[in-house]
Amino acid sequence: MALQDIRQRSGYLFLAVVVAQIILISAQVNSRSGVPVLESVIFGVFAEVQRAASRAVSSVRHVWGSYIGLRRAQAENEDLRRQLAAAQIQIQEQQALADRSRNLAELLQLRDRSTLQTAAAEIIGDAAAPDFRTMTIDKGTRDGLRPDMAVIAPAGVVGRVVVPSLRAAKVQLLIDRNAAAGALIARSRAQGVVVGEGDDRLRMEYVSEVAEVSKGDLVVTSGIDGIFPKGFVIGVVESVEKAGGMYKRIVVKPAVDFRSLEEVLVVLTPMPGREVEGAE
Amino acid sequence: MRAAGTILAIAVALALQTTLARFLVRGVIGVDLVLVVVVYVALTTGSVTGLLTGAVAGLMQDVVTRVPSSIIGIGGLAKTIVGFLAGIVGTQFIVAQPLPRFVVFFAATIVHAVVFMGLYVLLDVRHFGTPVAAVSGQALGNAVVGVVAFQVAELLPGAMERRRAQRTRLRR
Repeated sequence: MALQDIRQRSGYLFLAVVVAQIILISAQVNSRSGVPVLESVIFGVFAEVQRAASRAVSSVRHVWGSYIGLRRAQAENEDLRRQLAAAQIQIQEQQALADRSRNLAELLQLRDRSTLQTAAAEIIGDAAAPDFRTMTIDKGTRDGLRPDMAVIAPAGVVGRVVVPSLRAAKVQLLIDRNAAAGALIARSRAQGVVVGEGDDRLRMEYVSEVAEVSKGDLVVTSGIDGIFPKGFVIGVVESVEKAGGMYKRIVVKPAVDFRSLEEVLVVLTPMPGREVEGAE
Repeated sequence: MRAAGTILAIAVALALQTTLARFLVRGVIGVDLVLVVVVYVALTTGSVTGLLTGAVAGLMQDVVTRVPSSIIGIGGLAKTIVGFLAGIVGTQFIVAQPLPRFVVFFAATIVHAVVFMGLYVLLDVRHFGTPVAAVSGQALGNAVVGVVAFQVAELLPGAMERRRAQRTRLRR
């Protein structure tokens, strides 16, 4: 039965035998490159298979690599964003540190300029109620602070110490409604009293109607109050009006920007009138 | 049984070819006894047996005649093709007379030579110069031997019968 099938399919058998012998021949014949033909043909065919497989694998790897790369890029992007945010924060911290250093340097320069004994202090808090314009500094009685000691900044007068504790002190700002300082117009030497308005402006009172005051005049401390040393800048005249009485209505813009204030100097040297009180 | 007889015939042909080669080749006249056996078997049994006989015989011949410049399989392939084609011819045509048989043997030798030498030349392994005379002489020799072999094979059974009958008569 099997022999009969073979006989019926003599063409296939012939083909098989011929192919087998061609393979046998090819195995023994070298190509021009010196490699057996069979090996060369098999290698060539297999190389094409390898090429196709390599391309397929390469494509898959490329797609996979792109996917992985995309994910890595995404993760890297997020990481870089975090690093950028951290760097930005660090930059801000550095800028703040630089500003603080600059402020401290200015404070030091101020301290060097003046013959007054001062203590640098850092602002650690503001007023607990908006009706009071105070702030808290990190120096107290342990550092030699006493009530009514002047607090100044490189730009000008800040206020005075009102409640010192062992390691901190409350400073009443010059812009507080209950704050006041003896002042004079630097150009005309017209004297008066600068009082707080509770906002960002000061009012200069008791300046004679006949005193020469104009907008832009520099206002400095007169030193007669026994708190603030003489000659420190308070601000500049912003407006001058006639009040209809004996005195002018003068609005002064403070030289110090109280909102951005960070460090101050506390004048430890007692004013002449205060030395007696201190001795007492 | 037939397969064993075929293999035996191939073996005998190879033995004769290797021992009587110097007598079988005279000038351009050469005889390939193995090829004769293959064609003979193909004509008498068909294409399948013919191609299988050709494959086996050719491979055996290739192995036996193995030299550095020869390739095992070329002879086998050539004889496979010849056996297959001869088998087809034997089944499709009436090849019972000496002349058709002569033509078949002659043509088979030509085909064998074309395939055999063509493959060698194609593979740049051996070169045969201008083999027309040699191939023609071998085709002639194979055809003669093949026709004779057929005649002998066909006459041999009858002759033996006649000889047996003659002996029986003499005893009486």
